[in-house]
Amino acid sequence: MARKSRETPEINGGSMADIAFLLLIFFLVATTMDIDTGLSRKLPPMPEPGAEEDNKQIKERNVFVVLINSNDQLMVEGKEMDLLNLRNEAKEFIVNPANKENLPEKELKEIPFFGEVPVPKGIISLMNDRGTSYGLYIKVQNELIAAYNEVRDEAALQKFGKRFDDLTEDKQDAIKDYYPQIISEAEPKNIGGN
Amino acid sequence: MAKFERKGKGGMPQVSTASLPDIVFMLLFFFMVSTVLRETTLKIEQRLPGATEVKKLERKSLVSYINIGKPRKAFQSIYGTEPRIQLNDAFAKVADIRDYVTSEREKMDEKERPLMTVSLKVDETTRMGVVIDVKQELRKASALKINYSTRKVEEIER
Repeated sequence: MARKSRETPEINGGSMADIAFLLLIFFLVATTMDIDTGLSRKLPPMPEPGAEEDNKQIKERNVFVVLINSNDQLMVEGKEMDLLNLRNEAKEFIVNPANKENLPEKELKEIPFFGEVPVPKGIISLMNDRGTSYGLYIKVQNELIAAYNEVRDEAALQKFGKRFDDLTEDKQDAIKDYYPQIISEAEPKNIGGN
Repeated sequence: MAKFERKGKGGMPQVSTASLPDIVFMLLFFFMVSTVLRETTLKIEQRLPGATEVKKLERKSLVSYINIGKPRKAFQSIYGTEPRIQLNDAFAKVADIRDYVTSEREKMDEKERPLMTVSLKVDETTRMGVVIDVKQELRKASALKINYSTRKVEEIER
């Protein structure tokens, strides 16, 4: 009996739950669960100093010009346009389903899963003014990306019977080859004044 | 006999709370692991624009942030109301961005440096002038992967 009493007494574990609760509540309050979302873009590298300006002419029919002025007005291919119509206009430009003269030309290209197919060579050029609001700029970017996504989705459904996001990576790459996302942003310029 | 009587009385047996700490600890560990403590305090007003075609930004360790917006009320007497750039905890000039990118890049693992992404957190009402300057500066610093931080919305308001 004497030996037993000399042993260190057991620590009462009853309050452990309370301590853990306290910590838990602290972390619950301090947690920010927000996952960052956004539109990913890639900037063109800075031209080498002294390098000649790129004089490669791109045919007018292959470029889809989107201009935003300092009053947040949108001009697409020389016409004023509402943001609502931009997506469909861009889609028609990207695909050029009727092989129209004024829409991008097509070039035969070897693509896995598709074989040799005519691929449109369109480029979307986005220009904005220093006075353009960032909100509108993002909306336009969003519409253009949406146009590409829809076109790719349609192609994926037609070819593989699945949505683009559900395809395997190599099939996604094939579709990306078919409709490459090229949105070029011109060197900053002042259009429409400040 | 006494034994039988007690049994007969029996209401609901008490639920053992012995495993409660374990459950709480499990939750605690989950939150500890998933917590990212906010390391900077925003000194600017920021309402991110909404977009529908957003992608998740993964690997937070590869992302550096540049905040742009109107200074908060408390700072307006010093910094005015024009949109300003905030890097980490302090207001900065456009020229500081290159140093910032370089220092952020040095913090990263050698192998991961090409994957570095700069997230632009810009207030909706900002004019593009500042953003253009920042983008030019990023190009000079050859931080070419950028991300326009936006909220995910189902339908963008016109």
